[in-house]
Amino acid sequence: MSRFIRQWCATLALGLCALPVLAELSLLNVSYDVARDFYKDYNPMFQKHWKALSGESVELKQSHAGSSKQVRAVADGLEADVVTMNQASDVDFLAEKGLVAKDYAKRFPNNASPYTSTMVFIVRKGNPKAIRDWPDLVKPGVQVILPHPKNTGNGRYTYLAAWGFALGQSGGNERTAQEFVARLLQNAPLFAAGGRDATTTFMQRRIGDVLVSFESEAELIAREFGKGEFTVVYPSLSILTEFPVAIVNPVVDKKGTRKLAQAYLEYLWSPAGQENAAQNYLRPRSPEILKKYAEQFPPVRTFTVDEVFGGWSKAFPAHFKDGGSFDQIYLKK
Amino acid sequence: MRSLFGPRPLLPGFRLSLGCAVLYLSLLVLLPLSGLVFKASQLSLAAFWEIASGERALASYRVTFGASLLAASINTVFGLIVAWVLVRYSFPGKRLIDALVDLPFALPTAVAGITLATLYAGNGWIGRYLEPLGFKIAFAPPGIVVALTFIGLPFVVRTLQPVIEDIEPEVEEAAASLGASRLQTFVRVLWPALLPALLTGFTLAFSRSIGEYGSVIFIAGNMPLISEITPLLIISKLEQYDVVGATALAVVMLFISFVMLFVVNGLQWWAATRHGARAADGALR
Repeated sequence: MSRFIRQWCATLALGLCALPVLAELSLLNVSYDVARDFYKDYNPMFQKHWKALSGESVELKQSHAGSSKQVRAVADGLEADVVTMNQASDVDFLAEKGLVAKDYAKRFPNNASPYTSTMVFIVRKGNPKAIRDWPDLVKPGVQVILPHPKNTGNGRYTYLAAWGFALGQSGGNERTAQEFVARLLQNAPLFAAGGRDATTTFMQRRIGDVLVSFESEAELIAREFGKGEFTVVYPSLSILTEFPVAIVNPVVDKKGTRKLAQAYLEYLWSPAGQENAAQNYLRPRSPEILKKYAEQFPPVRTFTVDEVFGGWSKAFPAHFKDGGSFDQIYLKK
Repeated sequence: MRSLFGPRPLLPGFRLSLGCAVLYLSLLVLLPLSGLVFKASQLSLAAFWEIASGERALASYRVTFGASLLAASINTVFGLIVAWVLVRYSFPGKRLIDALVDLPFALPTAVAGITLATLYAGNGWIGRYLEPLGFKIAFAPPGIVVALTFIGLPFVVRTLQPVIEDIEPEVEEAAASLGASRLQTFVRVLWPALLPALLTGFTLAFSRSIGEYGSVIFIAGNMPLISEITPLLIISKLEQYDVVGATALAVVMLFISFVMLFVVNGLQWWAATRHGARAADGALR
């Protein structure tokens, strides 16, 4: 018995000695939900790269969940070295709290977003309702499936995409845009709990005529349900969705991992990192790699949240805060 | 058990165990709840009232408490039947069915919600027969009731089972031999014994339903003013990083739940004392 305890104490002591060493070489990436596949491929690539560069092996830890949940956890003290998110408003929140640099979007190229995506329509085989563009989504008798526009990132991008499209029409203004979006929402029989739930509702429960989702989701649907089951339709104008990354300053300063964190995020822009994005059906920023995968990414006219809405810091309160344009559509007081 | 405390209030270990109980409850229940109230108290009364009485908030209280009441009521009726059958009759597969009752406890609520939504959707195993008849369950308010009924079932059954086990068949036989009809036996002998436990089961199922989020969210459809539950509005506030606003809604829910639970407990006390005056019931409590 006492031998057992002694052994156990020895193990514990060894473990404690090893802990700081291990901690120096580990990096926690706190990320949004569906980035799992991307980083599962990316992390081993970076480990190899870092080993070749510095001779150190590094342990990479991932955490995935809904992005605003993740950001709240980081604000509450989850020790993330880096955050990789799917919406600037979430990183803005950390900037406000002083956890990431105020100008985080300028610390890396391309608005600190190593890849992009866009919102597309997914329609049933053969496109029976002849859906080609946004106006087809507001026609009577067409059912549109989307996640909750107020509570999910996916839904918010859909909402802004439709709004931006309506604004861009001749004679388009805030009022006509809101009317257009209101008509679109009237065609929604439900608001799904999240992106994947919307996909299940559309593909498996066969509810609705069109699903609005990320371009990158379409490939996943193909893998799950078969390519012939649906058609992807690119609208004439859509929104460019950006995925900002940032270093969490207090954490890397405390852990001494700034160089590692910087390299980890920079490597996303390397040819290998960009190629990985393309393979995960996210549009790479590098023109060469984009060209290489041109078949997968047909050209599409897009606008950014910054261009049309003046950034998420303006778009979020105007549309998704309580009393914003979404609430106005439903609460006619 | 209670009678043990009567003559000997200073059972060994009383102070220690009371201290443990108070500490445990403080850490687990009181501390988070006071934190909640403290956070909400950062709001001015006017701001609090505006959040608590918003159009969407009011609609969500109706949906949440209405669906919870309905689900708990359904469970009270059918949970009683299930518990009765499981205690009083023996049949093949009884143990299996008994184990099934606990399933809603164990299943992750999101799994329950997704499964129920798939079953009750227009092309689901159940939905395909109901929807042509005009019953839309999934992605409509009835879907919320279905989900809440599912998660609430074990509370009623598990509360009733031991009580029914305690009612000796001899009691019924005695009633019959004294000339009571079957209805009289049920109303005058069994019902008074069951009522307190039935109310407890109802209360547990009801309070569990009010806070439920995981399963409802996948079957409700989440349309503003129609099928939004209050927990969803709380999440919506958190999505806006409005923690204080979220706690305001939580405090309102807590308050309404507290009042309702208080009323039900009052009823229970009334039922217990009214029948407790008769000798038989004291033993059952």
